[in-house]
Amino acid sequence: MSDTVADENEIVLEVDHLRVQARSDAGPGPVLVDDISFTLRRGEVIGLIGESGAGKTTIGLAVLGYTRNGCAIEGGRIIFRGRDILTLSPAERRALRGPGVAYIAQSAAASFNPAMTLFEQVCEIPVRHGLMSPAAAREVAIGLFRELDLPDPENFGRRYPHQVSGGQLQRAMAAMAMAARPDILIFDEPTTALDVTTQVEVLAAFRKLIHEHHTAAIYITHDLAVVAQIADDIMVLRHGKMVEHGTAEQILQAPRAEYTRRLVAERVAGHGFIDRAAAEPPLLTISNVVASYASLARVIDGVSLEVRRGDTLAVVGESGSGKSTLARVITGLLPREAGEIRFRGELLPPALAQRTREQKRLVQMIYQMPDVALNPHQTLLDIIGRPIAFYFNRPKAEIRSRVLELLRMMDLPESFIDRTPGELSGGQKQRVGIARALAAEPDLIICDEVTSALDQLVGEEILRLLKRLQEELGIAYLFITHDLGVVKRIANKVTVMLKGQMVASGETETVFAPPFHPYTELLLSSVPEMRSDWLDEVLQRRSTA
Amino acid sequence: MTIPGVRLFGHRLTWPAALGLVIIAINLIGAVGAPWIAPFDQADVVCDAWDDPSAQHLLGCDNLGRDLLSRLLFGARMSIGLSLLITSLSFTIGIVTGFTAAIAKGWVDAALSRTVDLLLSMPSLIFAFVVLSVLGTEVPVLVVTLACLDSTRVFRLSRALAMNIVALEYVEVARLRGEGLWWIILREVLPAARAPLIAEYGLRFSFAFLFVAALSFLGLGIQPPDADWGSMVRDYRDMINLGVTAPFWPAGAIAVLTIGVNFVVDWLLAIQSRGHGENA
Repeated sequence: MSDTVADENEIVLEVDHLRVQARSDAGPGPVLVDDISFTLRRGEVIGLIGESGAGKTTIGLAVLGYTRNGCAIEGGRIIFRGRDILTLSPAERRALRGPGVAYIAQSAAASFNPAMTLFEQVCEIPVRHGLMSPAAAREVAIGLFRELDLPDPENFGRRYPHQVSGGQLQRAMAAMAMAARPDILIFDEPTTALDVTTQVEVLAAFRKLIHEHHTAAIYITHDLAVVAQIADDIMVLRHGKMVEHGTAEQILQAPRAEYTRRLVAERVAGHGFIDRAAAEPPLLTISNVVASYASLARVIDGVSLEVRRGDTLAVVGESGSGKSTLARVITGLLPREAGEIRFRGELLPPALAQRTREQKRLVQMIYQMPDVALNPHQTLLDIIGRPIAFYFNRPKAEIRSRVLELLRMMDLPESFIDRTPGELSGGQKQRVGIARALAAEPDLIICDEVTSALDQLVGEEILRLLKRLQEELGIAYLFITHDLGVVKRIANKVTVMLKGQMVASGETETVFAPPFHPYTELLLSSVPEMRSDWLDEVLQRRSTA
Repeated sequence: MTIPGVRLFGHRLTWPAALGLVIIAINLIGAVGAPWIAPFDQADVVCDAWDDPSAQHLLGCDNLGRDLLSRLLFGARMSIGLSLLITSLSFTIGIVTGFTAAIAKGWVDAALSRTVDLLLSMPSLIFAFVVLSVLGTEVPVLVVTLACLDSTRVFRLSRALAMNIVALEYVEVARLRGEGLWWIILREVLPAARAPLIAEYGLRFSFAFLFVAALSFLGLGIQPPDADWGSMVRDYRDMINLGVTAPFWPAGAIAVLTIGVNFVVDWLLAIQSRGHGENA
């Protein structure tokens, strides 16, 4: 469709008072998107930002003339190059998707057919829509692979989705979307599932693609720092309503709305950490631990660390670095092959079954996904009360009052005691997970990515709660995370892991200050910063290095 | 397809499901109330052989001159009661072994799974034949044998279901806490597997029912003079050629109850596949 372009600054999209509502048999449900208006010119990128449930994806899909099951566009107009797509027939809308508007989803792995090569899938849209011959589409695909900095562009497309990395697949998806030369690209959290170091490359490739093709784009994300690198305009959304709309610069530098100010501020503000651990004897000592899955792949290779009372030790690394496996080794779910783990100086047996009840009680875990970490069929009384009944064997009334006390401590209403997790929000569920861990009165809590499944502001509250509990109870945390921003704020010690090995370890200030280990530096420099020129700087620094 | 305003377990009832529930209810009432509802005892000879239906004998009489309606009602008692017993026992065995295999993994899983494979590799009807002809056809032997055979299928389903559930973190939490096998089976895994297991229960109930009918038909199930639908079909089948309606009633009862149960099962499967929380 791009070949009919007359005006370089043509308005390609006009969303006018869009309103999307949920519908059920019982009648109209909640309004998901309310009164959203924006225009998009060729070459312009608008960022839609907000927490889960803000309606970002719903708006993105509406631009394709599509709503999820059970929702309907109830009002407003979506004008794509002069035509209101809501008045189009289903066949006309179909013709629009691909050549007119293309969509890039969060999980590329789930969007590709594993049984077809990348060429087949990238070329499918232009060939299906009759825009190009298969041979021409292949040439276009190779060109796009080259533009996206994919390795060996001529032959890259011969591979199957499982034969390329996650970051490459995400770029291949951009190539797929771009193949039919759409007027608008919709990016829906395209880098959220990627590691930070990969995110930088993918972001750079996306930006180059948008600039070179002078395409309009909608970039949906929850990460303000990411969107600042790529968007001209940013619209902040909350509960389906627009909070603020302005240029990227203005949103970052001079946010007008209170909510935006909080989003911008949270990243900047530091919390500091407590440092009173030095004199204490070590609580957990791990020395030269080795572990592998099915005695084939070695996942942990010679890790040693030490946690004292009141410590927060962060274990950082990207996916596949073995940081979650380390937690499994400490808890005994995965018996270690070699090395020692001591708790309060006492040697812990490798396997869970060999440990005593007391040894199990003293190390508790909090998980990444509160949805699956809490049994949906039990009430909070059962969930939080069970460790008390199991370890301390108290009478029922006492358990109930202790659970109520824990709920209060978590800032949860006491009336929640008879609810099931399904009735709670994500942040509340995570609080229940913390309460359950505390119910066992442990010395050490292993936190496995506890904030990464939560919205930014909710995650901040959880961190604050954990910190407060540490101050009150003196618990030690082993904090497994990929988010370096979190580490700097809450950890006094940090261990950086790469492919099962420790590359750096020590006090946070020391590890995160020059001289760096090269990998630590790569990790640190890959964390998006809350300013729009960050990506340029990083790319420049890396190309000169 | 749904009936407006009528809900069961928080889900809208469909017409076929409602019909199925009515069928099951009628059968249960007949089975439980047989001694009071039935006009005659199942073993009493009250008329001539193959008498046509009359005001006194609504469905006519059988080969020995017993009232067909009474035998059908008492037969329901035997057939449905037996199937319930067999299915319940088979589910208890299947769920416990299946969940244990999934939770314990390793050699426990291997041993249980291979034993089940062994049992599954033999045609169950023939296997049941051998066992019943060796051990006799008393009701307890029949129930235990069929329950064990049937539990192999339940084992496969429970193990597969539990495999997915034990991978969830809340089960891991229970393990880390040091909970025993029974707690994990009953409190952590079973509630999450309930819906598919209930649906399967309905399905297997039908199968058990047909299996008992088939065994009775072949002479290895319920022994005379007790009535059950399968043996009634066997006893009356030759009369089909002579135009007597007698074999139609027990055969029809088997068919109708099976269909009724399956209507309800289909509905249970449909609401369960729609997931939690949705009530539509």
